[in-house]
Parts: sequence; structure tokens; C-alpha cells
Amino acid sequence: MDTQTAPGRFGRYGGRYVPETLVPALQELELAYAEARKDPAFDEQVAQVLREYVGRETPLTPARRLTALWGGAEVWLKREDLAHTGAHKINNTIGQVLLARRMGKKRIIAETGAGQHGVATATACALFGIPCEVYMGALDVERQALNVFRMKALGATVHAVESGSRTLKDAMNEAMRVWVAQVEDTYYVIGSAAGPHPYPTIVRDFQSIIGKEVRTQSIVSFGRLPDAIIACIGGGSNAIGILHPFIGDTGVRLVGVEAGGHGLDSGQHGASLTLGTEGVLHGSRSLVLQDEHGQIIEAHSISAGLDYPGVGPELAHLAKQGRLEVRTATDDEALAAFYQVSRTEGILPALESSHAFARAADLARELGKGKHLVINCSGRGDKDVATIAARGMPAAIRLEGA
Amino acid sequence: MSGEIADAFSRAKARGEGVLVAYAMAGDPDLARSVDVFAACVEGGADILEIGVAFSDPIADGPVIQAASERALKAGSTLRRVLDEVVPAVRERCPHTPLVVMTYVNVVMALGEERYAKLARERGISGTILPDLPPEESLSIRAAFDREGLELIPLCAPTTSPKRAEGIARDARGFVYCVSVAGVTGMRSQLPANLSERLGLVRNVSPVPVVAGFGISSAEQARVVGAHADGVVVGSAIVRAAQADGPDAARQVCADIKQGLRR
Ligand SMILES: Cc1ncc(COP(=O)(O)O)c(C=O)c1O
Repeated sequence: MDTQTAPGRFGRYGGRYVPETLVPALQELELAYAEARKDPAFDEQVAQVLREYVGRETPLTPARRLTALWGGAEVWLKREDLAHTGAHKINNTIGQVLLARRMGKKRIIAETGAGQHGVATATACALFGIPCEVYMGALDVERQALNVFRMKALGATVHAVESGSRTLKDAMNEAMRVWVAQVEDTYYVIGSAAGPHPYPTIVRDFQSIIGKEVRTQSIVSFGRLPDAIIACIGGGSNAIGILHPFIGDTGVRLVGVEAGGHGLDSGQHGASLTLGTEGVLHGSRSLVLQDEHGQIIEAHSISAGLDYPGVGPELAHLAKQGRLEVRTATDDEALAAFYQVSRTEGILPALESSHAFARAADLARELGKGKHLVINCSGRGDKDVATIAARGMPAAIRLEGA
Repeated sequence: MSGEIADAFSRAKARGEGVLVAYAMAGDPDLARSVDVFAACVEGGADILEIGVAFSDPIADGPVIQAASERALKAGSTLRRVLDEVVPAVRERCPHTPLVVMTYVNVVMALGEERYAKLARERGISGTILPDLPPEESLSIRAAFDREGLELIPLCAPTTSPKRAEGIARDARGFVYCVSVAGVTGMRSQLPANLSERLGLVRNVSPVPVVAGFGISSAEQARVVGAHADGVVVGSAIVRAAQADGPDAARQVCADIKQGLRR
């Protein structure tokens, strides 16, 4: 089963809703990408960098204490937190920056929320010697000071975006505006499986390495495919990356976890698959958080990487078809999961990934013993420790089943 | 098709003038006072009014119009309220000026493209510009607009190839909006040197008039560009003037630009 119905379309979703100035650049990118895919040397180049530099493949780790704690399915963790720079975002930036170089682009721009994509882009640019400018919401610049420093240390220029909600969506607006003005020699590295065609396809393809590895690793580790895979969803790149290779395996349940923020009825969340309606944001038609007048509603999440009022079009399509099960976890649930995973497995998960862990406990019990559950640990929590510490360490951390 | 836009171009031509399409933001600083700005633009000589409807995420706009969108949204501006409260009032005060709406595709989709087309025509709108709707995505909206006689005005960019520009021009309704600079809306001190060539190319194949916009803010720029186009669009300069000094300042900007458009 392939979700792509027409170039750039996933059922009703996707497309290319951008200013005319950008259309020729997107067509050029689509063509360059199609050619690169046909060239085995390009694939090999990407694979080599992922192997030698990023440290792929990342392990599939048995989580024995979580398995015992939750008392259900056997829990396995896909360790994207062990990839260089500490998150899955690097898989995509290596691919896209190599593509940009192949296209002869002189300069890279990117938007970032948590800063992981910004760091990953700055890293790839440093590695290949290309100037890099990163646009980041001013609120996220405050929340993710460590990543701002990392980007600067890597030689990137970080622009704090003051408009709108001062978060990821505004950073993306600004990056698109800058791109419109410098489209001739600038490559825009989009960080999630969102944006105008061909980005959702390109990002999904580069991130699918996660799911491809899980396929082989699960066969080697426990002799069959997992019964369920769970991942958090911001724009959706780590989710589509681990889930896409399993879409045709109907025995594998695919589960996504969105930011429940202060709760679904609080109006402050990032649950665009759960509560969004069809709309156009950042160049593609998908499910978005908007009011009845078509104005985008500001998302909220404790985790900067999930604080986005839209979602990639392919996930919207999979959710509407019922292939993707969508759940949510609140800020507080994610925080609780952060401590639980830290203390039971010795892994500090990113706040984004903590959302997946929060719902994985329920899912593990739902699946029951003898089943296998894979959780995408999309990144490490080092970048979040200031945010988490600011809340104060809870007096008692529940280590029994949550 | 509605002839109001075509008539406005013919009238200006007969007077030996290029057309001024004046953009302002509906609802900035509030709904009622934005009506005064639109009326002032017509008093200053605007031939067509472009009524901006705010969107929360205006990716084609520079800082001046972005800020105006934020003010309009704070003042409670919505597409529905602009159609119900601003457009009829402008229509009453400027009965002979064609009105064109400029907003983003999501705003129209939220109301429903069919419903929007019908309401817009009923209230006296002649055309609509959607800067994030390239031709590939515009089929269904254009069909809905055509059924109501509402003209979907396409945009052409500096990066558009000659072949693609021909296709855009051939299918155009109302007029072709040639974006003069690769960039977002906003004033520029310099316009690209090859702008006249590109305008000529589009004009050669277009069945409808061709205007240039983005970055034009002075009579001199209007004169230079106006020599190669049927008219110009002025937005940020009007929005900024109106915000700083009210309707009179917007009237003055339009009058200045209009000077530059005399042939
Ligand atoms: C570690 C981590 N996981 C997940 C996300 C969410 O993005 P996506 O849904 O594109 O994977 C981010 C985004 O910054 C992230 O840093």
C-alpha cells in the first residue's frame, strides 16, 4: 500500500500552496531529487555519511525494566537519541544538505522549533562547509538556550522570530519569506515531513531509514515484526520515518502521539490530527488547528518540537484512513514519563519522545504479554533539562505502572 | 465575465493614464476606519481597490502588511465581516471602483470556495487574488469563481519561466499581477533592471491587462514601471501612510503615484 496518490498528494492532502516565486524552485527541487534517487552514487554517499558520521544504525534496545514495570508487551526502544546531535533530525539534514550541494546551492536556511533540526542542519552545513541561517521563534530561543548555543558554536546564524506566537509556525513563515527573496541560490531545509511538495516526500524518504532498520533489527532481536510501533508527532518526521516502512504490514499497529498540552478541552495543545480541520498551512493541505474563519490557532506544548498547529499531509491521510491510530499525552503526562524512563532505563528522553513514552505504557498493557512494542525514542532530553528543572523535581516519582 | 475591471482599465487608458490598484488592509485600525482609508484612496485617484483580508500566517507579506494583519485580526476582522461590513460601505462610497479581495487560500477555504464566490459577488466584489494559490492548485477554486463571475487574478513572478508565464497569462481573469521582485511585499528602493522585458513578454500573450506590484512606493517608480505595464499595485506604502497619519496620508500617496502614471 502506497499512500502517494499523485505527485505530492496523499489522498486529499499535500500539494503546493506557495507564492508563485517559489513554484519554479520547488519544481527544480522535485527534479533534482528524482535524479539523485536514480543515482546509486548519491544513495551510497548518504549511506556512508550516516554510517561513518551519524553513527547509524542506531540500536534497537530492549527496555527490560519498563517491560516489567508496565507489565504488558515486551518493550523495545529505537534509539534515535544515540544518533549524532541527539535526535532523528540529522537523518534528514544529511540527505538534504547533500542534495543542496549536488544542486550547487550556495547557502542553507532552516526553521527550527526545539532546535534539534537547527542543530542538525548547522552540523551538516559545518561538515560540508556551507553557510547556514536558522530561523527560530523568540520563545523557543528562550526555551532552548542550549541548542541556540550549539547552533552558534557550529557556525550558524540564529535569527529570533518575533512575529505571531514566536514559536515554530512563525519560524517557518519567516524562513519561507526569506526563501522567496533568495530563492535563486538558497536551499531551504525543512525539518519535518510537512511543507509544500516535494518536502513531505523527501523528508519521509530520508527518515524512513529508522523504520527500515527496525524491520531488520526486530527480526534479528525477537524473530518477527513488532505488534505495534509508537512515535510522537509534531510535524511528523520521526513518526513517518519509523512507521512508513510498515504501512503495508497490516499486522503492525501504527500509533502516533500528539501534544495534549494543558488538555484537549483547554484549547492549549498541539493535537492537529485529533482536533484539527482541513486547511492550508505552510504550503500544504492537511489537518490544522484553526478557528471557523480560517485563522491558525497557536499551538501549545511543553515540548518546543511538538508546538506546531499543523501536521504532515501523509500522516493526516493515514489517520483519516484509520491506518494510523492517534492519541495524545498532556504536558504533565510527558513530564511524568520523562522521569519514569530516566529512572528505569537510564535514558533521558527528549520531551517530544516523552509523549510517546507516556502513551506507550497504556499501549503495552493493551497489547499484553507476549507482544512486542517498539517506541521511537526520537531524541535525547539534554536540551530540555532547563525546562524540566524549572518545574521543580517532583517529591515522589511514580515508578509503579503509571 | 464581469466587465468592471476591464472598464476601469479602458477608462484610465482613454484618459491617458496607467491604472492604480490601491491595496489597504480591511480592519486596520478597525473595520469602520478602514472604510475611510479605501474611500480616501479613490479620492486620491485609485482606479481599483484591493481589499486585504488578514490571515494569521501571511507568508507572502513583508513586515508592514504582516503588522497590519495582526492589527486587523485584533480588531476582529474576518472574511465574513469584511464582506458584510466593509465591502458594502466601500461600495456605497465608491460606486464606480471595482473591488478586488486579496487574502490567503485558507481563509477562503474556511468559508467554502462556492459560498465565498457567491457572497463576494453579491456584495460587489469583482475579483480575488490569492498569493499562495499557484495555477496547479487553482482548478476547483477557479471553476467555482467562474460560475459566479468572480475573477481569479493570477500572479506571475520574476522566477517564472517565459513558457510558464505564457500559460498563466493565457488563463488569466481580470488582470495579471506581475510580482516585480523576488520577495515578499514591501517597499524597495530599487526594482530589477529586466522588469520591463518580463512585463512585455506577459503583455504580449495576455488577453487581459497586466499590472506590476510589490516594492512600488514612489511616483518615479510608478512612471518607470507604468511605461511597460497597464498599471501598478501599491500596498505597503499606503498601509504605512494610513497607519502613521490616517486616510489623508493614504490619499496623498495615491495622488503622488497617480502623477507618475500620467502618460
Ligand atoms: C527529539 C524530537 N522528537 C520529535 C520532534 C518532533 O518533530 P517530528 O514530528 O517532525 O518528528 C522533534 C522536533 O524538534 C524533536 O526534536
